Amino acid sequence: MSRKPYIRPIPKTSWYMRDGRYKRYMLREVTCVFIGAYTGVLTMGLLRLSQGKEAYEAFLQAMNTPSAIVFHILALLFAVYHSTTWFNVTPQAMPIMKGDDFLPGKVIVTAHYAGWAVVSLFILLVVGI
Amino acid sequence: MSTKRTITFEVMRYRPESDAEPSYQTYSVPCEQEWVVLDALLYIKDNLDTTLSFRWSCHMAVCGSCGMIVNGEPMLSCKAFLRDYPDVIRVEPLTNFPIERDLVIVMDDFITKLASIKPYIIPKEERKVEQGEYLQTPVQLKKFKQYTLCINCLLCYAACPQYGLVPEFVGPAALALAHRYNLDSRDNGRSQRQEIAASHDGVWECSFVGACSEVCPKHVDPAGAIQQTKIASTMDYFLGFLQGGS
Ligand code: SF4
Repeated sequence: MSRKPYIRPIPKTSWYMRDGRYKRYMLREVTCVFIGAYTGVLTMGLLRLSQGKEAYEAFLQAMNTPSAIVFHILALLFAVYHSTTWFNVTPQAMPIMKGDDFLPGKVIVTAHYAGWAVVSLFILLVVGI
Repeated sequence: MSTKRTITFEVMRYRPESDAEPSYQTYSVPCEQEWVVLDALLYIKDNLDTTLSFRWSCHMAVCGSCGMIVNGEPMLSCKAFLRDYPDVIRVEPLTNFPIERDLVIVMDDFITKLASIKPYIIPKEERKVEQGEYLQTPVQLKKFKQYTLCINCLLCYAACPQYGLVPEFVGPAALALAHRYNLDSRDNGRSQRQEIAASHDGVWECSFVGACSEVCPKHVDPAGAIQQTKIASTMDYFLGFLQGGS
């Protein structure tokens, strides 16, 4: 008998609506847009700094507007979401064997959070001084 | 003593000789409390409709034949307990695969990909039988044991959106098995497997949705294996760079 396998079409633009997991994944991916935009703003700041005091002060002024502040808060929230989703999967990507057994995933995740805290504290201290 | 519960099953049917496309057929099944979805399908086949086709064998989550989509989720139908489901249950063949008939999918693509990553030990040194077996310590075994548990049920492929969108993707289970043999202390075949695993259609096609690992009934964690392969391949690249290679 001849065969006639049926291939179910997959909607190319809305496939992620089918499953909560896919939506969460898309949310994680979308965070990079904000992180990218923030990097752009930061680079712009550096450029302005290189152009002298006046240019830099105008930049700081521009950053003091409500829309800029809202953008920064949003970017921060997305960056935190992005980082935590990655921290939480690090034990899968980087299992560490110690002696006869694997290090518990919790240890690896906690180490990442601890590293994050140390780096953040360091930066805050530098900026604060 | 058990009381029966009547559950409505909406089962996807596709009869290639007469159907242009799949459709749903509804069956009302008097179910025992402890049944799984597979029991209900067997009841349908034995009592209501002998034409319904589906794969199964062991009924105990070992053979990997009875994977289906149960209420939207890739499941082994022998492990999908009815007590965890509402009174209407929708059963479809595994997504991302062509349908041969009813709940039976065509898995040729997976078999070809599985063979391509050489899922067997390619020994470091050829030994004669008289030389005895290849020895391995428990710690060496532990490194890859989890990846040996794969039963080729294909739930991970059904859960992977990337495999659906890019059918060339080697996919979760095959890449996890490549990783399993690469980690084996008796094996020396990594460079051969890397030709497939580290290619564009290999691990780099994965965007780490992670759904494969969530649906895997054997906790193989193919997503983890793929990320580890990415890291190892990146290290290869940089080491090759440092050593002046390409
Ligand atoms: S990795 Fe898990 S879900 Fe995928 S085929 Fe193997 S056992 Fe099934």
